[in-house]
Amino acid sequence: MDCDFCGSKATVFLTQLVEGEMKKLCLCEKCATEKGVTDPTGFSLADEVLGGSKVAAPGQLVAATPVEQGPECPNCGFTFAKFQQVGRLGCSICYDTFRDDIVRRLKGMHKGMTHAGRVPEGLMAAYEREQRLGRLTERLSEAIASENYEEAAGLRDEINEIESAEVVES
Amino acid sequence: MMRFSTLIKHPADWMTGESGDVDTIVLTSRIRLARNLRGEPFPGWATKERRVEILERLKPEVEGLSQMKDGFSQELDGLSSLQKQVLVERHLISREQAACGEGSAAVVNRKQTLSLMINEEDHLRMQAIRPGLALTEAYEIVSEADQELEESVEFAFDHDLGYISACPTNLGTGMRASSMLHLPGLVLSDQIGQVLQAVGKLQLAVRGFFGEGTESLGNLFQISNQSTLGESEETILRRLERVIGQVAGHERNARGKLLEDDPEMVFDRVGRAYGTLRHAHIIPSKEALNHLSLLRLGVELGFFSVETLRICDALLMEIQPAHLQLHAGTKLTPEQRDAIRAEIIRTRLQSLDAPVMNGHTADEKRADPPEDLTEL
Repeated sequence: MDCDFCGSKATVFLTQLVEGEMKKLCLCEKCATEKGVTDPTGFSLADEVLGGSKVAAPGQLVAATPVEQGPECPNCGFTFAKFQQVGRLGCSICYDTFRDDIVRRLKGMHKGMTHAGRVPEGLMAAYEREQRLGRLTERLSEAIASENYEEAAGLRDEINEIESAEVVES
Repeated sequence: MMRFSTLIKHPADWMTGESGDVDTIVLTSRIRLARNLRGEPFPGWATKERRVEILERLKPEVEGLSQMKDGFSQELDGLSSLQKQVLVERHLISREQAACGEGSAAVVNRKQTLSLMINEEDHLRMQAIRPGLALTEAYEIVSEADQELEESVEFAFDHDLGYISACPTNLGTGMRASSMLHLPGLVLSDQIGQVLQAVGKLQLAVRGFFGEGTESLGNLFQISNQSTLGESEETILRRLERVIGQVAGHERNARGKLLEDDPEMVFDRVGRAYGTLRHAHIIPSKEALNHLSLLRLGVELGFFSVETLRICDALLMEIQPAHLQLHAGTKLTPEQRDAIRAEIIRTRLQSLDAPVMNGHTADEKRADPPEDLTEL
């Protein structure tokens, strides 16, 4: 295979995931060094060859074309379009507001999708429980709305269980 | 509380290599945790008034930490840009925080092993630095502060996403662990690219410590974790420590092999570095860093006394631009900086003896030519 830059024999092959799509590049030793392929922080390369600005660096956010309109975070007024511009969120509640969109972007950025580290004690345990209850309640109303009563019954049991555990503890 | 001048006058043990335990390959280990207040806008999105409110709420909590007794606490808008730059060069605040004005503060413990930045990218960034390969030790320092704060401050936390951060790249543990490595052997033997590439494949990031992008000055490299979500702190630290240990092993082998295969080249490089640093009157930063790196290598190979390591490490800090200006007490042009840098280096290395290579000093070798020559 030939180098995508100069046409000499390619010895370095770079595969990058760009918005879920696989992009491949072939480079010769010289161009690979010049373009900084060996450097994990140098990402201009795929940009250069693929001609788009949609190439995300591993551990960086995809800078897609900003969407003009979109819902605002009820807590801080931040929009997802703004996130696409700056790569940062507005507040912790934004993660609930834009959860699906954010979670989709986490793939490839981290080893896993679920927190496996330290969990704060005391104050936070209650918050965590409250959050889990909130999510279950949401699923419960969805189940009821779609007349999925079997699932709804299971969810209600789960909710009751968490709530009664709280009472016992306190 | 500690004053800025006191802070500057007494650099931390990890800055000057005065910790006693000397690891010549891994210079420092650093842990950073990102934490945020639930529901409050992140510093980058908050209005100035809101940021000041958050600062006023967090600052007493941070200053009140048991580890912060007699520490240093300073709001960023009370510092000159030179003072901020000096703190950046000492790694006590980040470059990003140096750009902050009102509504941001840095709190550093007396020993300068722990520093907390309020309202940088996140509401709180806590970092601990220790000399050598000591990621777990650094984590324990920072984790103690984290747990103490948690008793009075409600941090944003999500069951799935872990600790919430302004940028999704820090979700989960919010922990970035990194070590600074000195790898002249791998650079001189052209193996550095291979090793760094292998490290990169393990979802760890490697970058030159000084300079931008791939450029590495002084053969110093920083290895850190990229992923913060999906693994526990312990797992991340264990993997990093294992990989860093392996890289250090490769470096040790590379040095041994260089000395075996091409001792003249090694003697020449170290000897030239010694000569230049001892006698130069104008020395740009890049040249100084690279020569200091070779001097450090010389210590590891036994050409200089172990004391020299301390001088090298202190110099790495002292010859940076803001430190030079602080030393001179005035703003300097790049030319003036190069002259003052050379002067400082000459002064510090004044009493450093010439390298002893193969059991002979360079001078002895000259005075006492090899026997086969005298016989002629």
